[in-house]
Parts: sequence; C-alpha cells; structure tokens
Amino acid sequence: MNYHWNWQIFWELSPEGTGTYLDMLLSGLWWTILTSLAAWAVGLVVGSVVGIARTLPIRPLQWLAGAYVELFRNIPLLVQLFLWYFVLPELLPHGLGLWMKQMPNAAFYSAVAGVGFFTSSRVAEQVRAGIGALPRGQSMAGKALGLTVAQTYRYVLLPMAYRIILPPLTSEFLNTIKNTSVALTIGLLELTARARAMQEFSFQVFESFTAATIMYMVINMVVVIAMRTLERRVSLTGR
Amino acid sequence: MFANFDFDVIRRSLSYLLIDGMGFTLLLTGLATLLAGILGTILAVIRLSPVPVLPRLIIGYVEFVRSLPLVLLIFWFYFLVPYIGQWLTGAERPIAVGAFSSALITFTLVEAVYFSEIMRAGIQSISRGQLAAARAVGLGYMQSMRYVVLPQAFRNMVPLLLTQTIVLFQDTSLVYVVSITDFLGAAGKVAQRDGRLVEMYLFAAVVYFIMCFAASMLVRHLQRRNEFAR
Repeated sequence: MNYHWNWQIFWELSPEGTGTYLDMLLSGLWWTILTSLAAWAVGLVVGSVVGIARTLPIRPLQWLAGAYVELFRNIPLLVQLFLWYFVLPELLPHGLGLWMKQMPNAAFYSAVAGVGFFTSSRVAEQVRAGIGALPRGQSMAGKALGLTVAQTYRYVLLPMAYRIILPPLTSEFLNTIKNTSVALTIGLLELTARARAMQEFSFQVFESFTAATIMYMVINMVVVIAMRTLERRVSLTGR
Repeated sequence: MFANFDFDVIRRSLSYLLIDGMGFTLLLTGLATLLAGILGTILAVIRLSPVPVLPRLIIGYVEFVRSLPLVLLIFWFYFLVPYIGQWLTGAERPIAVGAFSSALITFTLVEAVYFSEIMRAGIQSISRGQLAAARAVGLGYMQSMRYVVLPQAFRNMVPLLLTQTIVLFQDTSLVYVVSITDFLGAAGKVAQRDGRLVEMYLFAAVVYFIMCFAASMLVRHLQRRNEFAR
C-alpha cells in the first residue's frame, strides 16, 4: 500500500486557525455528545407520551399515536432532516421562517428536532411494548385500589414498564448517537463531519477516520457501562 | 401556503427521478439485501459453530460495525475499497471503483452484520433436539444446518429479515454523503437546479413514506399468516 501514514498529523495546526486537528475532532465530539443528549431528551419525552397514548383506552387517541409512529418511522432520517432544515422555514409565515433560517446554530436545532422526533417513534414502540408486557391484572389492581388512570400509570404500570424496556432503550440511545452523524448533511459540525473536514484539509484519510472511529467506540462503551450500572441500580429483586 | 410553489417540477423530472434515481435505489437495495443476507447467514452459522478462533473474529467485526454510524462506515469503505482492491489485485495504484460498486460493497459488508444477528436469533430459536436428531441420522454439522436448521430458521425470521430490508432501503439514502445519485440524490439535484427544494424534498418524503408504509403493512400481513402456519 503506497499510502503515506502520518500519525503526527493530529498535533499539526488545522487551516481553520482555531487549533490543532485534534482540537477540531474534539470539538466535533462535543457537538455529537450535545446533539445526542438533546435529541434523546426529545425522543424519550415525546416517545413516552405517544407510546402511552397508544395503550390508553381511547380509540381516536390510539389511532393518532399509531399514525404518528408510522409517519416518523417510514421516512428516512436524512429526508426528515431536510424537511426540518430546508422545507419547514419555507412553509411557515414569512417572518417566522426568516427568523428560523437566521437563527445561530440552526443546523443544531434542526438536528435535535429531526433526530429527536425520529427517535421518538421508536421509543414509542418500546414504551407500548413494555406496558403491553405487563399482566392485565396490574392495571385492574390499580383500578380496584381506587387509583385514577393517571395514577395507575404513574405508580403501577410505568415503573415496571420502564424497567423492562431499559435494555432496548439503551440500544435506542446508542442509535441516537450514531444517527446524529446524518446531520452533517445539513452542516452540523459533529464528529464525522470534522473527521471528513480533516481528511479534506490534510489528505490523511485513514488517520482522521481511525480517530473518529475510536471516539465513537469509546462513547459506545461509556454508554453501555453507564446503562448497565443504571439497570443494576433500579432492578427489583424477587420479581 | 403553497401559493408560490411549482409542483409541475415533479412532473417534468418524473422519469429522471423514478427511473434513474429510484432505479438505482431499488437495485442497490435488492442486491445488497441478497448479498448481505447470504453473507450474514454464513457469519451466523460460523459464529454458532464449534470451530476455534473464527467465531471470536466475527463477534469482533459485528460489535465494531454496530458501534459506528453508517455515515462514517460509508466514508470508510469509500476511501478504503480502492486500496483493498489494489492490495488484492497487486496493482500499481489504488484502483478506481465505481459509485455503484462502492455503495454495494459498503452496504453488503455493513448490513451483513445486522442480517447475521437476525439469523443467529433464528438458528437459536430452533430447538437443540433438531440439530441432535440431524446429527443422529448421520448428517455432518454443515449438512444439518443446510437441510434441517436453516430452512426453519429462515422461515421463522422472514418478517424480521423483510423489516431489516425496509431499514436498508431507507438507509441507502445516505449514499448522498458521497454524492451518488440515488432517488434522494436525484431529487436533490433537481431541487438545486430549479431552486425547488420544498417541492422536491416533500415529494421525496411522500414517495419514501408510501413505499415503506406499504412494505411494512405487507410484512405485518405475512407475520400474521405465519403465526397460523406454525
């Protein structure tokens, strides 16, 4: 292979003038983490609401929540990001659209919305499955104790359901982190975008991608360990 | 709201969008599914086999690919495949690989990981007694897999395999990052040329939605029918 390896490249200054190539990648890592956490918060909250709505005994609400899941699940994430970033500002009233386009960090907010709502449809399916996995007697017992529907969910169903779906939620969170890289297409300067930029500036393709690869693997490992710890902390014995 | 929009742009570029663009997307999805399905099955069989070393290597590969974003993997293969080709053929310089081959190699090697996980679950869902019975009538390990375990595993996993194909179909849109003209790429080109981003991206979303929704309905139907067949 006649490829010129140069592992010293990370300590050379990048042409952007804001530091070394390593600094560039680390700033990408920071944006990846920030975007992932924000998108996960959106996905978890909205996904929980939609997932719960699918299990409530109200027909129109079930149908609406089902339609929501199908809508966000059947359009590729990349297309959804384009809709949030390019299309939404054009469909809003002129002033509002202009404000959205000129907002600082517009790509970040679009990415959070895009990845967040995409994730929410998948979280909703998990939440629904988690509630569905509980024996029917649980909600009946709640009712028999005189709890309202809201109280039954809050004190009986959800605490068990979330414990059951913790492992799949972990992999959804890992997917969310990976999915933020799609936002490089709308100009978010996250880790993959920075690795790509480094490759274009320095021509050291494999060094920059190797560094990004290692960073993604480290994030992955940290999340897996953290979630396992959480699983152990919240697990109920004797179930 | 849509007063200033020109939806005629869709009609004008329809043949380019559907034949050039969607043709590429469907061909890539179909071939990648076929190749990744075969490779994934082989990986799953080896991973569950009693041979030394190889299962560990496969676990390493699976975990490696699963921890990386698809976009980064597309870049990796896009730049790496010419060098691997050079190494394999002993050529003087990195060989030129066409856009389609590059995308096909990437999706085959990446999706094989996801298909192998599904097939592994499928093989493990077949009771151990089946394998034992096959061995008892004198079949070798590979023969038992080929004639007894895999056909059943495959049938049980058809809904999951098809669902993964829908995911793959959606994921092929990511070849956009290396400027390949798939369906979304074609829509993007028309959008840039005519300054019609809103119309084209909405159209792309509607087309993807209809195709994926119809396909997932079909999978659900199959799944329900399968339940009775068992």
